[in-house]
Amino acid sequence: MKRGQLVWLLFLVILTGPALSASFNAVQLDKSRLGFTFRQMGVPVQGGFNRFAAQLNFDPAKASAASVVIDVDLNSVDAGSQEANDEVLGRPWFNAKVFPRARFVSSAVRPLGGNRYEAKGALTIKGRSQAVTAPFTYAGQGATARFDGGFTLRRADFAIGEGEWADFGTVANEVQIVFHIQAAAQAARK
Amino acid sequence: MTAGQPINAYTHTAIALHWLMAVLILAIFSVGFYMQGLHLSPFKLRLYSWHKWAGVTAFLLLLVRLLWRVGHRPPDLPAAMPAWQRLSAHAVHDLLYLLMVAVPLTGWLMSSAKGFQTVYFGLLPIPDLLAKNRELGNLLAAIHRWLNYLMLALVTSHTAAALKHHLIDRDDILMRMLPWLGRRAMAKGQS
Repeated sequence: MKRGQLVWLLFLVILTGPALSASFNAVQLDKSRLGFTFRQMGVPVQGGFNRFAAQLNFDPAKASAASVVIDVDLNSVDAGSQEANDEVLGRPWFNAKVFPRARFVSSAVRPLGGNRYEAKGALTIKGRSQAVTAPFTYAGQGATARFDGGFTLRRADFAIGEGEWADFGTVANEVQIVFHIQAAAQAARK
Repeated sequence: MTAGQPINAYTHTAIALHWLMAVLILAIFSVGFYMQGLHLSPFKLRLYSWHKWAGVTAFLLLLVRLLWRVGHRPPDLPAAMPAWQRLSAHAVHDLLYLLMVAVPLTGWLMSSAKGFQTVYFGLLPIPDLLAKNRELGNLLAAIHRWLNYLMLALVTSHTAAALKHHLIDRDDILMRMLPWLGRRAMAKGQS
């Protein structure tokens, strides 16, 4: 593609936005966020992961063909305090030495009406896979799109917190996962 | 009726509040001192929560105590007491009241700054005045710690002074707060 054509194409994309039926495929990690909230002694504690990678393909006109793969570097965890960060990487929790990554691979994306969608897929943490369903919203603005959603996972399903931590009296089983992903529509490279 | 009780005594309510808070503060202080060095475990998390809940309780009791104190003048100090002793007794009492306010407040603030909201008994969330901020959290933790050491020093001198009055001066200072001691002394005197 010549430079002039590219400029025109960009112009068109900016002008018409999603109407052009662009596929959002370039995740802007610096503008994306992966967080979680867990309850400790009844107190909600915020945390998140500072490093993750995401491959995305989302065309609002063909949402059911969308796909997403998210890889999370568990060593980048922020579990609320330095003490908790050190603890949660250990064997009873993530066992990050053996399982440094968590991965979500979508199997199906379904429009729920309006700007609401739902991604089904397999979440793998600590060598254990579970089917999860994550509802999310899509907001397109020109050549960028924002996806906001979340779901609840039960840490026991992934053996996160074994031994003395297996009891839910201090750290609850339910962990709320929230994600904010920003992506741009980019012409296929190569 | 003040049978078997020194006439010059605190009200039963003031006495009950004093001793209840004495036990509570000693327990909270000890737990707070002990829990910091523990390796992270469910037990440690429970101790932190208990420490905070007990701290909120002590603060609420203090409010009750202050209200009671406003409406009930404490008994006069012995007439023979030197002026410097009166002055230091009042100074220590005032400082202790101040610390009973400042210690739980700094505890609550440091908890907020460290990103852990205080939820009373795990049920009643107490609003966070401060947003999470590591430096501020560490600063408040240091202030909380040093206020506690100051309180320990003051409680020690408060206790030492009370014992000195009872054992050396043999006046009724301690009996005003411990009527049981007074009754025993009176029974001894009668026999």
